[in-house]
Amino acid sequence: MNCFEIKGLNLYYDKFHALKNIDLELESGKITAFIGPSGCGKSTLLKTLNRMNDLVEGCRITGDVRLFGEDIYDDTDVNLLRRRVGMVFQKPNPFPMSIFDNVAYGPRTHGIKSRFELGEIVESSLRAAAIWDEVKDRLKKPALSLSGGQQQRLCIARALAVSPEVLLMDEPTSALDPISTGKIEELLLTLREKYSIIIVTHNMQQATRISDSTAFFLLGEVIEYDSTETVFAMPRDQRTEDYITGRFG
Amino acid sequence: MMRRKRKTSEILLGAVTWFAAAVTIGLLLLLVGFILVRGVPHLKPSLFALHYNSDNVSLVPALISTIVIAIVSLVIAVPLGVFAAIYLAEYARRGNRAVAVIRMTTETLSGIPSIVYGLFGGLFFVVFLGWGYSVLAGAATLSIMILPLVMRSAEEALKSVPDTYREGSFGLGAGKLRTVLRIVLPSAVPGILAGVILAVGRIVGETAALIYTAGTVAQIPGSPMQSARTLSVHMYSLSSEGLHTDEGYATAVVLLVVVVLINALSARIAKRLGRRS
Repeated sequence: MNCFEIKGLNLYYDKFHALKNIDLELESGKITAFIGPSGCGKSTLLKTLNRMNDLVEGCRITGDVRLFGEDIYDDTDVNLLRRRVGMVFQKPNPFPMSIFDNVAYGPRTHGIKSRFELGEIVESSLRAAAIWDEVKDRLKKPALSLSGGQQQRLCIARALAVSPEVLLMDEPTSALDPISTGKIEELLLTLREKYSIIIVTHNMQQATRISDSTAFFLLGEVIEYDSTETVFAMPRDQRTEDYITGRFG
Repeated sequence: MMRRKRKTSEILLGAVTWFAAAVTIGLLLLLVGFILVRGVPHLKPSLFALHYNSDNVSLVPALISTIVIAIVSLVIAVPLGVFAAIYLAEYARRGNRAVAVIRMTTETLSGIPSIVYGLFGGLFFVVFLGWGYSVLAGAATLSIMILPLVMRSAEEALKSVPDTYREGSFGLGAGKLRTVLRIVLPSAVPGILAGVILAVGRIVGETAALIYTAGTVAQIPGSPMQSARTLSVHMYSLSSEGLHTDEGYATAVVLLVVVVLINALSARIAKRLGRRS
């Protein structure tokens, strides 16, 4: 089954044609990696999937993006869409409030008020993000007192707290040290069972370690999309091969 | 040779900066010292009597009026200024003509001498609306005067909240209103508070705009429609009458203490708010 089906997607920032005729089918329950050099449109496409591009002035989109069959650009409730399609950003961005309140922010936004229920959601989300044991004794402490790697796992917990169906991750480990990166990669492999994950990464080893399928982007186009093994072992396109062997990018 | 030349210029620059710093600090110390020396000996208990008469020239009614007028002005100006800033920083589209006009207007308004506000307040609130010399007319005038200050500092504070917070909130499916009220505004509070403190400073120090609007009656105002004089106006009256110059200095000491207290208090509040986040 596919979580996202993208057909004939074009995206413009004012005059700049950032995404060109994208056709992609992303499988649910899998980790899909978007790779490609900077400015190739991979993050832009990611932001199209939960309509974060709506916030960018001068951004225009044509084509068809479906989440489990529903057109997300056809009078969908954007806030509901973003609850179903969670996002983790490049730099950890916990809110300047307590660890508990960070995780509870999403559920509270969507109307959960009972302290008991919130407590359960916070605990299960922090457990799922493999950070519960590190923070369970200091849930009232400011989230900004955590280390960078912990902050990023907190952000993952925060995203999980609204029980999304898909998780978008925009280079979630690029600001982290190798040990924190390793922890997050392990975490993603455990999350794969429950969530469809789409991850943008600059790190080719990361793509091979964790992803099931890989899409290679260049200048706003999808050059190659296949299982990760195929893309990295037997790329069909010369440009893909050049990129993954480090000849440019 | 080159080396030596640079050295002389460095010494010269060092001397100039040192001199400038010394003069600045020296002037401040001189001013404060002068007021303390002239004022402290005249701090008599009668100066703190609850009711003013021309013998005790008590400053208590003026002190209370200052606090009342400051609070009423802030109650009017802060919500207006903060919500206008939210519109400018969060809702207005970039390149909006209205925004450019509002910015230019506020910039111009903040450059207008306070006596002009006083004249306007006197004509509009006191005469046209028939409020008479009153706390309300004074506070309304002052709130117009501090509005640009509050608005600009609130706008700057909102703009300095990182966009990553907004993205984080939107990304969880929160709407614009919730994002602004729950995430952006709380993060901007210390900056907004800094603007409010400056505004309080201007209110406490204001005379010209109040003489035309709140009048100069030295009493504890029983209602917002009664006239009252703030500490600064009180000082102005004492010194311009020439009969109570010493008490004028003593009043200045109290005004100084009030200003220092306000600053210390707000610094503490800002620190506490900062720590909580």
